[in-house]
Order: sequence, then structure tokens, then C-alpha cells
Amino acid sequence: MSALTFTLKNPAGSADIDCGGLTADALAGKTAAEVAALPLLVGGRTAKVDDVFEVSGADAMQIVFRGSTARCHRIGAGATTGSIRVEGDAGDHLGAQLRGAEIAVTGNAGAFAACEMKKGRITVQGNVGDYAGAPLPGNKKGMSGGMLVVHGNAGERLADQLRRGQILVGGNTGAWTASRMIAGTVLVLGQVGPHCGHGMRRGTLIVRQRPDLPATFADCGTHTLAFLPLLMASWKEAGAPFATLPVNPRAQRWMGDTGGTGKGEVLVWA
Amino acid sequence: MSDTTPARSMEINGTVIDDTFAEGFGMRGTRILITAQNHRWAYNAANAMTGFATSVIACGVEAGIERELSPDETPDGRPGYSVLLFAAGSAVLIKQVETRMGQCVLTSPTSAAFSGIDGGDRINLGKNLRFFGDGFQQSKKIGSRRYWRIPVMDGEFLVEETTGMVRAVGGGNFLVLADSQPQALAACEAAIDAMKKLPNIVMPFPGGVVRSGSKVGSKYKALMASTNDAFCPTIRGITKSEISPGIESVMEIVIDGLTEADVREATRVGVQACCDIGAKGGIRRISAGNYGGKLGQFQFHLHDIMGGAK
Repeated sequence: MSALTFTLKNPAGSADIDCGGLTADALAGKTAAEVAALPLLVGGRTAKVDDVFEVSGADAMQIVFRGSTARCHRIGAGATTGSIRVEGDAGDHLGAQLRGAEIAVTGNAGAFAACEMKKGRITVQGNVGDYAGAPLPGNKKGMSGGMLVVHGNAGERLADQLRRGQILVGGNTGAWTASRMIAGTVLVLGQVGPHCGHGMRRGTLIVRQRPDLPATFADCGTHTLAFLPLLMASWKEAGAPFATLPVNPRAQRWMGDTGGTGKGEVLVWA
Repeated sequence: MSDTTPARSMEINGTVIDDTFAEGFGMRGTRILITAQNHRWAYNAANAMTGFATSVIACGVEAGIERELSPDETPDGRPGYSVLLFAAGSAVLIKQVETRMGQCVLTSPTSAAFSGIDGGDRINLGKNLRFFGDGFQQSKKIGSRRYWRIPVMDGEFLVEETTGMVRAVGGGNFLVLADSQPQALAACEAAIDAMKKLPNIVMPFPGGVVRSGSKVGSKYKALMASTNDAFCPTIRGITKSEISPGIESVMEIVIDGLTEADVREATRVGVQACCDIGAKGGIRRISAGNYGGKLGQFQFHLHDIMGGAK
């Protein structure tokens, strides 16, 4: 059975498409024709799937979005199973509240990627927008499990109020990285924007060079931390460059934000 | 313990194998992997963890070092040891693991501890130990496993939250009856050396060997066990002795294992090592301790186990 494939009919269009219902959970067992006839929110109005996508294939456990652009929002939202491959860009809320599926994006993703994700893995070859791994507006807990892998850059407020899980970023991150972080792990291989760790309660932000930390972070010295090799072993499944980093248990440890509980840590890991 | 007079004859290299059996009991067991900066310090932690753990009668657990682990066999890539602990029930095992982890492994420089059994019932390894961190402890969930990082004076103590507890088998044993005490000990040393190469078992007594085998009961009402007079050579003339003429010394090897098959294999390997020394080396008989088959769930019949041996 070939992958259930949604090919965007008009890549140059501007109407936002809510792809949240196009997951294995909702589509398993349906034929391409049945899927094509399903309702879909396009530009705030209810349309049908085949108004915007050509539908082919039948295996909902392997979904492909072909020619996808930034107007394809909520791809994989809440999905518990299966894999989703996005050929092109994804819009906002990619994998929001994901509960077990695997999503791979060849291009960029918009804001709120992996927000409130609970389980599964999202890999973005390009960049992600602001609030990746954060909570939805008004909520108080961000991503609480799984792994978000970003090979490019991340926007502002990455991992805001992160509760659990890992976020790996190969490029740079914007301002307020790991702000108000509750727990979990964030790795940034590039530059980290200003005000990182602001309001951080617990959790670990790992960086390659000392970032612009708030004055409320305290230097705890350079140490050998036994958990780092274990953590690195879990990056093997994220592929290069994360999987090929030399094993190093040494890091300079900053703790903060002492404006609050001060139990978070920023590890400067050369 | 009592023993029966040999009914069927079996000899290996001149050593008589008694037609009797060891009586084993159901236990609860767990494995813990202990690592450190080098083997010396991993051994110190493992040795302390499994100290005073020869018999559940007074020690709570029977425990021992299972084997040395190379860096590529441990979760954190450091040298280590695996230890096995066995108790009569889960509550005792859980308590003993916790107290021994706290006093023997947490305290040992550079140590870290990890689950050695993936399945089974999950019991606390570092789950409560974390409170030693006084609020400065950090949790790190990696994959499906949760670890605790507890700040200590030499750096950080890394410990996995839980380890696996499984149903296990204790009380496997065999007795080595020899012409002299040095010969009995030499045979036991050879047996232990061979048995230590096997996985999933420990011999919990000092060096793996016990010289004070016991029977149930005593003439003194306060005691629940006393010396196994049937196998004590110096009183053989005044007791109902099981010792044949000429035997001056008897030593016992007790085996705890994760499965019945593990104990069985360990018995075979240990007895074979004694028989390889054989009658020429003063090893006259191999026997085993039991309670008439009434108390234990498992019976390890020496003739069945050694049936294929020559």
C-alpha cells in the first residue's frame, strides 16, 4: 500500500489550510476518495480536502504532504501514530500536542512547532519560528515529552515553559531561549539569542559558547557530569550533526534563574 | 538439614556423587550495575553493597558481585561491576536495596548506579535516594529511563530511578567432602573460580564458600538453626553422621540465581570442578543439603545434574 499523499494544488495560494485532521488517527481505513471528500478548513471556511490537495495512495500510517508551503498549518497536530513527511515548508503549529507520531519536514516550519508535544519526534531540516516547544497561548506548560530536532535556526522563546523532552537545534536561536523552562533539555549548537534562561526554574540548556545570560545566573564552575554521555547516546537517533558530536562529559555550569527558584542550569559545553 | 544415604552409585574421577538433592527456594532478585572512575573504585562500591549479605537469616539479603564490566558494557561508558541481590520477599529486598545504595554506593567516590534488569517489577534504586540532594537534585529523563543527579562533595552522583526485580531461586548448594581441610578448600576454590564465569548467579558466602553449614533447629530453644552435626567431622563418632571414614573436612557452596536453570548450571560446573580434582586430590564425595523436599519449591538432584559427566 502506497503512502497517503496530499499534493498541494496551488502552491502560490494564500489561504491558510488547517491540516490538523489529516493524521493516521483520523484517516486510517479510509480510501483516497473518502479522504478527498472530507471537510477541511481553508481560509476560515469549510471546504473539501480535494479542493486544495490532490489525494493519492491509501496508507494513512505513512502520510506525505507534497509541495507543502507555510500556509499548511497544524500538520500532525495531536497525532498518536504513524509517520508524516512534509516535502516543503510547514505552517504554524506543526505537530502541536503530538502524542506519538513521527514528523519530518524537509523545509522550514512556522511558529509554535511542537507546542505542548507529549510524545514522538519532529525533525525539521530548515528553521522553525517562534515559540517552538512552548505552550499554546494562555497555557502554562510547553512540550512535555518526545524530541524536536531542528537542523536550522529557531526563533524566539524556544522551549518557553518546556516541561520535559529534548529539543536539539543545529543552528542559532532567538531571544528568550529556554525562558521560564520547567524541566527537560535543550541543546543549541549555534549562537543563542539574548536573555536566554530568563525565569528558568529547572531543566538543562546546553550551549557551545557562553551566551548572554541574565545577571541572575550564577557560575558553578567547570565539572565532569556523568549524565552527559548518556544524554549524548540518546542523540544517536537524531542523526548528524547531533549523533556525531565527540563525547564530552565536561561543562561549565551556570545555575539560575536565581530571580526565581534558581534550579535551572545552562551548561557551556565546548 | 538432613541427607540421605547414597542409594544409587555415581562416581566421577573417583569422587562419589551422593544420590541426593539440594533444596532451593523461591526468592526475589535484582541486578544493579555500579560504575566508577576505575575498576578499583567500582569494586569498592560493589563490595560494600554486597557486604554482610551471606544469608537472609540475619543479613536481610544474600548478595554478591556477579562479574566485572568493561566500559563498553556499562550505560555511562565507565568501568564497573554488576551485583546481584536476593531476598526472601519483595519488601525486604526493596528496603535492603535502598539502605545499601544509600550507605555503600552513594558514599563511594565517583560511583554511579544503573538498572541491571530491564523487565520485572520496578523497584526504587535512586527514587528516594534523591532526597539526599536536599532540593538541589536534578532529574533527567533520557528515552524511557529516568535518572537522578544528586550533588555530592566529589561532583555528582548519577543514579537511575529504578531497577528490575524478578522471581529468583536461592538455596542451591553442594557439599564437598575431602580427606583434609586444605584439599576441601582447594576444591572449593577451583569450583568458585569456574562458577564465577557464569552469568546470573552469586555464591553469597565469604569467597563463595561456607564452612558452617546449618540444620534447622537447636537444642537451645532460642536458636532456629544450629551446626549441621551430621557433616561435622570432629564429632562423627557421637552423632548420626553422614561422613564416611577418612573424611576430615566438609565445605559447602551455596548458590543463588535468577532462574532455576542458572542454579542448575552453576551446580554442574562447580561439582565438575571438584571432580576434576577427584579422589586423587582427596575429594571423596559430593553431597547436598535439603530439608527432605518438604520446604523448598526447587530440587537440584545431583545425579540428574551430573548425569552427562564422565
